[in-house]
Amino acid sequence: MASGTLVIDVERCKGCELCVAACPPGVLTMSVEVNAMGYPYPRLHPGCTGCTACQLVCPDYVFEVYRADRDTTRRPAGAAAPTAPVEPPGGAG
Amino acid sequence: MTTSTDLTIVPTERAPESGHRKVADFQPSLLLGEHSMCSGCGEPVVLRILLETLQELGIVQRSIGVVGHGCYGGFVTIMDVDVLQCLHGRAPSCATGIKRMRPDTAVFTIQGDGDMVSEGLQEVLHTAARGENVTAILLNNGVFGDTGGQQTAATVLGQRTKTSVEGRDPETHGYPIPIADIIARLDGVGFVARAAVGTPGGVLQAKRMIRAAFESQLAGEGFSLVEVLTMCPTGWFISAPQGPGYMAESLEQAYPLGELRPRPGAGAVAGAGGKE
Amino acid sequence: MTTHAATATAAASELRLMEGSAAIAESAILAGCRFFAGYPMSPFTALLENMARALPAAGGVCVNCESEIEGANMVLGAASTGARAATGSCGQGIALMQETIAEAALNETPLVVFNMARNQQDYFQATRGGGWGDYRTIALAPKDVPEAVEHTQLLFHLADHYRVPTLLYGDPLIAQTRVGVRLRRLEFGDLPPKDWALDGTRGGTGRSRQTWTWAMGKANNPGPGPDGQWKRIAAKFDEIAQTEQRSEQRYTEDADTVVVAFGSAAKFVEYVVDELRAEGHRIGWFRPITLWPFPAAALAEATRGARRVLVFELNAGQMIDDVRQYVHDRSTVQFIGGVSISDTGLAYGALLDAPEVRARILAALPATAGTGGTGGTNGTGGTNAERSL
Repeated sequence: MASGTLVIDVERCKGCELCVAACPPGVLTMSVEVNAMGYPYPRLHPGCTGCTACQLVCPDYVFEVYRADRDTTRRPAGAAAPTAPVEPPGGAG
Repeated sequence: MTTSTDLTIVPTERAPESGHRKVADFQPSLLLGEHSMCSGCGEPVVLRILLETLQELGIVQRSIGVVGHGCYGGFVTIMDVDVLQCLHGRAPSCATGIKRMRPDTAVFTIQGDGDMVSEGLQEVLHTAARGENVTAILLNNGVFGDTGGQQTAATVLGQRTKTSVEGRDPETHGYPIPIADIIARLDGVGFVARAAVGTPGGVLQAKRMIRAAFESQLAGEGFSLVEVLTMCPTGWFISAPQGPGYMAESLEQAYPLGELRPRPGAGAVAGAGGKE
Repeated sequence: MTTHAATATAAASELRLMEGSAAIAESAILAGCRFFAGYPMSPFTALLENMARALPAAGGVCVNCESEIEGANMVLGAASTGARAATGSCGQGIALMQETIAEAALNETPLVVFNMARNQQDYFQATRGGGWGDYRTIALAPKDVPEAVEHTQLLFHLADHYRVPTLLYGDPLIAQTRVGVRLRRLEFGDLPPKDWALDGTRGGTGRSRQTWTWAMGKANNPGPGPDGQWKRIAAKFDEIAQTEQRSEQRYTEDADTVVVAFGSAAKFVEYVVDELRAEGHRIGWFRPITLWPFPAAALAEATRGARRVLVFELNAGQMIDDVRQYVHDRSTVQFIGGVSISDTGLAYGALLDAPEVRARILAALPATAGTGGTGGTNGTGGTNAERSL
């Protein structure tokens, strides 16, 4: 599951592949096709976290990075989101 | 780094319609057009973080840049900032004149290692010692890139260039000059640091250092210098993907990263919330 | 005692005994110079010292820079912000500044260079320049301190008017002689606003400024590029060549002999020619005031009837090249100057002395010259005074 995504301006890419090496979840690979300049460009696979590592290292300003809006409360998978603050055991002190 | 085995291609042609917020732009709005640097060049990365810093500090409308001669020279056509393109090596002197006449501006130089460490060694040393409140940004890739990849005063031992074809050899070519380390020892200096932009962490580090340098200038602490090691696959005779690795094994060994001269009274920039 | 600036204003009509360097410094400050950078070198050093003393009190900055190259580039930077800025040196240091002077010509940054030359008249350096590209440097050669004071302010005006570097050609006599001068601010006419000056304010507006010899402009507002820029600048120098020639002459309408000299040497020539006129010789003098643009038309006219044109300069023959090029009859030109350096190496030698100048002139005249003739006529030559703009 992905918590981030990208917009990739493939026509600006010069095929340096620094984004591929920089990506922590490893969800970028280079295309086989080439852009108008003749360079392969990155493609995104599932698992982006929106960490911006690719955008930071890219010399050609190819990436726009998005993070999904999501509830940040940690809870077991399948449990409902809480609707009221949870009382500690033993009542409020 | 984990390896994903799901090679489904996620659409990336347009922004997600809902449920997301943007956390990084393509580029700062201060960029007016495309640069023409080689594939894998580190210099445009520094340009981006420099312009972002001017915007984040709110000093865009009082910034004046002095750009030397090198591949980065073409940046004067795409930076939406008042700029002087000056003679090779002389940017710190021009910056001195500008700052003395416009003391309320934020004056910075952009120079390569050929420009600053070879031709302009005298200028940068004197400007630093005089304590001029200007910020110098050094783009160090160990070569004269614009002229095709010759040796500079910053080329490291063993580095192949067109004038040190077998690799820089001290007996024939002498030793590199670690300019940031020398300047860090001068009175008159407010902040000196060195970063490398081959990795995401390095880019963030470089940006924090650039911000600290401008803050040092604005606080009147003296001369500030941020040396950024930048990849130059063309000048290094390697492919673009090999840039960061080569840089880590060569320039970063000769030029250790980090703060060489912290701001007066400040702790290390890395990890700090920053002063104001 | 008030500040230097107030003192100068208050004493505007007083005759003050001042060393040339001090007078030039105050004149520059009156012209609005607010940045000066210099490196000590005789006989320029006193100008630097006077600026160090007087400029801060006038709200300006004087930097004792660490090399002539640095100083010239500091001045270029200061001037790029719209300030009136100047530097100087003597010939050896001016040599180091050539690239920067050319740069200022080609990126259109006004600035003033004070060449307080040392021990010979470096005409070639002042007029040919050692920089790159199609540029010229407006060079004024005063003959004495009062003229140097006036030229100083005129050069700042010309620099701003045309957006060019300009040069004052001085020497040890102008730098070091104490004379009576009247210091006042001179007005030369209106100047356009410096909307090209870098001040940072257009950052982020899409109309930010760029000062660059290649003038390519920015991606959203392209410029003429080097081809267009340098053609336009070459045409600008052609225009300056036509409109800014300055010279002075005396006794030339009926002169058989015209002596041509510039700077301090010309003052000696004037003195000697006055003497010889009084003795009956039909002799006159012509003095270029602008070394560039050389007053070609005036020289041709002044030498129309001359049988001999004697060039007196303290070098092995430099201005004589231009005299030969522009004089009415090239075959009349003779060199009566020479290299003459003092024992110290820091000043002119024995040749710059009235009896020596007189002997050189007489040696070039026919043996029968000076007898008879008009006797006692003092023709008043026309003067090509400086033009007001």
